[in-house]
Amino acid sequence: MIIKRLFDLPNYGWRGAFDDLERARREMDSLFGQVAGKAYWPSHAGVFPLVNVAEDPDHFFIRSEIPGMKSEEISISAAGRNLSISGERKIASEGADVRYHRREREDGKFSRVIALPSDVQIDKIEAGYIDGILSIKIPKSEAAKPKQITVK
Amino acid sequence: MAESKELQAKEKMGVHVSAEQTKPGPVFTPNVDIFETEKEIIMLADIPGVKSEDLVIDLRDDTLTFTGDVKPTESPGAENILIEYQVGSYYRQFKLAEMIDQKKIDAALNNGVLRLTLPKVEKTMPRQITVKAG
Repeated sequence: MIIKRLFDLPNYGWRGAFDDLERARREMDSLFGQVAGKAYWPSHAGVFPLVNVAEDPDHFFIRSEIPGMKSEEISISAAGRNLSISGERKIASEGADVRYHRREREDGKFSRVIALPSDVQIDKIEAGYIDGILSIKIPKSEAAKPKQITVK
Repeated sequence: MAESKELQAKEKMGVHVSAEQTKPGPVFTPNVDIFETEKEIIMLADIPGVKSEDLVIDLRDDTLTFTGDVKPTESPGAENILIEYQVGSYYRQFKLAEMIDQKKIDAALNNGVLRLTLPKVEKTMPRQITVKAG
C-alpha cells in the first residue's frame, strides 16, 4: 500500500523531462498555499484540454471538458501508449449587429498527447462525447492487467 | 484566412457563494459571452457536464441566476490516477439593466453550452419616431 501511495501522486513518473521542475513548482505552490491559508489546488500539464485519468484493473478512463464541440470535430488517435486528442473549437459568429458585453469563452485549436502508464489495446478504445464531456475508455493490454496471485 | 489561435488550458474559477451550500463540492464560475441585439439579450455559458434537468435558471426582479449541478460520472471501481480539473457545480449571477419579458425566456443546452435568450420587453425596444413637419 505504501508503494501504491507513492504512485498516486498526480503524474508521478510519467511525464517528460520537466517532471522535476513541475514537481518543484507543485511543492512551492503547496507551500505558499498553506501559508496563505488556501486549500491546495492540484496542478496540471498546462495544455488544453485538461484531463482526468482513472483506472480500474482492466481499463483506463480519460475524461475531459471540451464544451461546445461536435463529436465529429474531435479527433482521437492512438499509437503505442500515446493517445492524442485534437480539434478546433469554433464559436459561431452572431452577426454584425450585436453588441458584446462580455466575451469570456475562447475558441481555437488544441492538441494534446497523453502518455499512458502501461500498454493498451489500441484497437478497442471507445470514445463518447456527452454534454460537452469527452470520455475515452481504453482497455489495458492483457500483459498490463494485474494478475491475482494465490499465496500457497 | 488567419491562422486560428491555440486554446490555452485554464483552471476553472472557484466562487464563494454568499449563501451556505447545502450540497458539498466545489462551485465554479462558468465562462460566458453576453451580447445584445435590438430585441434580446443572449447569454452563452460553458457548463460542461450539466444535464438539462440539473440546470436551474431563475430571474427575479433584475437578477438572473443560474445554477448547474454536475453529477460525478466516475466509473464504479475506478481509481483516479491524474486529476487536472475538478468537477463541481456552476453558479453565476447577473444584474440585468433592461426589462426582460419573463414569459418568453428561452434556454437551450447543447453539448455543454447553454444559450439563454432573454427578450426585452416591448417598451424598452428602440422605436423610430418620425418627427412630422408642422
